This record gives sequence, C-alpha cells and structure tokens, in this order.
Amino acid sequence: MSRVRVAIVGGSGYTGGELIRLLLFHPMVEISQVASGSQAGHFVHSAHPNLRKISTLRFCHPDDLTTCDVLFLCLPHGVSSGEIERYRTLAPRVIDLSGDFRLRTPDLYRRWYGHEHPAPELLSEAVYGLPELHRAELPEAALVSGTGCMATTSILGLAPLYRAGVVNQSIPLVLEAKVGSSAAGAKAGPSSHHPDRSGAVRSFEPTGHRHTAELIQELGQFEGGELQQMVAFSATAVEMVRGILVTAHVFLNENLEEKAIWRIFREAYQREPFVRLVKERNGVYRYPEPKILSGSNYCDVGFEVDREQQRVVVIAALDNLMKGAAGNGVQALNCMFGWDESLGLTFPGLHPV
Amino acid sequence: MSAVCPECEAAVEVENLIVGEITFCPDCNAELEVLNVEHPEVALAPEVEEDWGE
Ligand SMILES: [Zn+2]
Repeated sequence: MSRVRVAIVGGSGYTGGELIRLLLFHPMVEISQVASGSQAGHFVHSAHPNLRKISTLRFCHPDDLTTCDVLFLCLPHGVSSGEIERYRTLAPRVIDLSGDFRLRTPDLYRRWYGHEHPAPELLSEAVYGLPELHRAELPEAALVSGTGCMATTSILGLAPLYRAGVVNQSIPLVLEAKVGSSAAGAKAGPSSHHPDRSGAVRSFEPTGHRHTAELIQELGQFEGGELQQMVAFSATAVEMVRGILVTAHVFLNENLEEKAIWRIFREAYQREPFVRLVKERNGVYRYPEPKILSGSNYCDVGFEVDREQQRVVVIAALDNLMKGAAGNGVQALNCMFGWDESLGLTFPGLHPV
Repeated sequence: MSAVCPECEAAVEVENLIVGEITFCPDCNAELEVLNVEHPEVALAPEVEEDWGE
C-alpha cells in the first residue's frame, strides 16, 4: 500500500517540529513537504536539531506547496482561517492545529476571540479533533481542528463526570492550569526573556482565557448544547518547558463515594489507548504529573473525593506539544484513516527526566 | 476469577498466590492481603501512614 502523503505548513514552530518527528517514524505516512515562510531553503534540522541525521528535508516556501493527501496547518491563531480556501485546494483533508476551527458556532467564537470569524460557514463543518470525544466523526471529516492544550487536559479530566450527569451545575466549575514555557510558542518576547521567565510562577491569564470556550462547547455536548454552568478558569505559567497540570473542582449533585467515581472514570477510559487513570495509594507519583509525560501522547487523569464538601478534585496532566497538540493531531489522523490509533505514538516517555 | 479491590473495585488476580500473601492492586496500588484464593478475596493490608505535610 502506498503511503499517505502529508504536508505541514508552519513547520518551523514547536508543534510543527513535533509533527515532523512523529510522522518521520509513522509507518503509513510520507512527509511530502514542510513549509515555513521564515525558514524556506533551510534544512528542517536547522530549526529542529533533534532531527539531525534523521531527515534531509528542507523547508519550502508556503507559495511552493503542491497537492498532497493531508495538509497539517501549524500556523499562529487567526492565520489559517484567512487562507483556508487556498489550503483546501491543496489537499482533500486538512487538520488545522490552530484555534481557528475549534468552535462550532460564530457566536461562541466572537464571544471568546473578540472578533468575527473570517470563514464562519466552515465552523459547523469542522470536527473538534479530540478522538476520545469525536472518534466516530473523524473517518468522514475533511476539516479537523486541533484542540487547545489546556482545554484538552481539562476536558479529558472532566468529561466522564459530565457524561455521567453527576455534576452540580448550579455551582461554578473552578479550575486552574499550570503550564510550561513551550506552550507560548517558538517566538521569543519580553515575557520569555530568560532572567524574567526562569523560576517564574506567573499568573498570566487569571480570567478570560480562550480555551474556556472549548470547555463550554465540549462539556456541554452531553446535554445537547453549550454548558450553562459558570466556568472559572485560570492559567499560570510555571518552571517547566513541556507540560500542563490541571486541577479542577467539581461539586456533585449527590454524595457519591470514591468507588462510584472510580467506576465512572474506569467506564470512560478503560479502552482508551492514551488516557490513563492515575490515583495510587503508595509511591511518589500518586497523581498525574506532567514531568513523566514529556514526549509521550498520554493524558493522565486522577481524582480525590472530599465527601464532606461533596466535591471531586480532578487532576489531569499531559505534554502540551504532544497530547496537547501534535501527538493528538497524529492520533486524529490515525482515526481519519481507520488505522491503529497508536501508530507513530508509542514512545512511553522518560523516567527519570 | 479475580478478587475485587476494596479500595477502587479493580479486578485483582490472585491465582498464583497463597492466603496471607501480600499483593498490590493494579489500578490504585493499594497493598492487599490475600484472604481466599478459591473464592478470590482480598482486603486492605494495614498501612504505615506516610507524613506528606509540613
Ligand atoms: Zn484498587
């Protein structure tokens, strides 16, 4: 069988680099082109030094892209939606890892992005590319979105409780994400200057983070619409390069014991290849911890029950560049073509790291 | 047939174990004592609390 020809636009960023790393070892895929406006002509390994001696690919200019089977877009938010028509002429299937096509309605987009969507007619067509929630829609999908890294962590942690209908939605959902520096992208700025960023525990978006919209959409689908519950989400930058840890507080509509919560999570995830339940009574790594997930496609989910407050604390972790971006994109690609979902994604991470 | 973890309800294999032996839950890592092999049954083994506070 001939390999599926995949091209990547915006290949010089961190997500693009991770995609190239994964797809170079994918048994069903051949990378046809990697485009970068700023790096055209340079070797791919000049931007991604971990790929030295693995590939002699060079970046092409985005204007020189030719047709392929699947086009991955790894462009800054707001760029791909402006040029989406051209990209769709290059490939029958497009996976856009930016935020441009994650939301299903122009209204939700306007509320959280603060402006009109440039191609609103495509929003209802695109599939939110999270296999755990949209696996069945992916084989037919022509336009698939990536998923926000903090949104993915939160949604995977919380979806089982919302699906089970045990959340008291008259009390706000309060959650916080701690995130590493690579989530801010490959472009440097004043906030990433080493003397300022190193050692920081920096509250950078206590309110209003756009990923909140993805929670409202995806956790609301179990009741057939947008989540009506108030969602209070805060994001904090911490001393990591890769990784996200989400801590979420969910109040229950009945005083469930711990075993009942175990049942809900086990039912949701026992057959999922990339979600692991982590809640151990012994040892050092009792709850999810992003440190040991670097480079892997796993999302680890754990919880603790406070019966006095009728509250569940959900803890979820992943590598923002992997399950939070490129790895999840490859998993979605595998679903789109009906392949084993773990193709190209079997790296288990490192310990110690 | 496997026993049920009293902590998290995971299936705990006791086939090649003997009564009184200590095993661990594959899901929650609870330390378990084998009570019965024929009719598989385990119980939480007494634990020394670790101090994670201060
Ligand atoms: Zn257990």
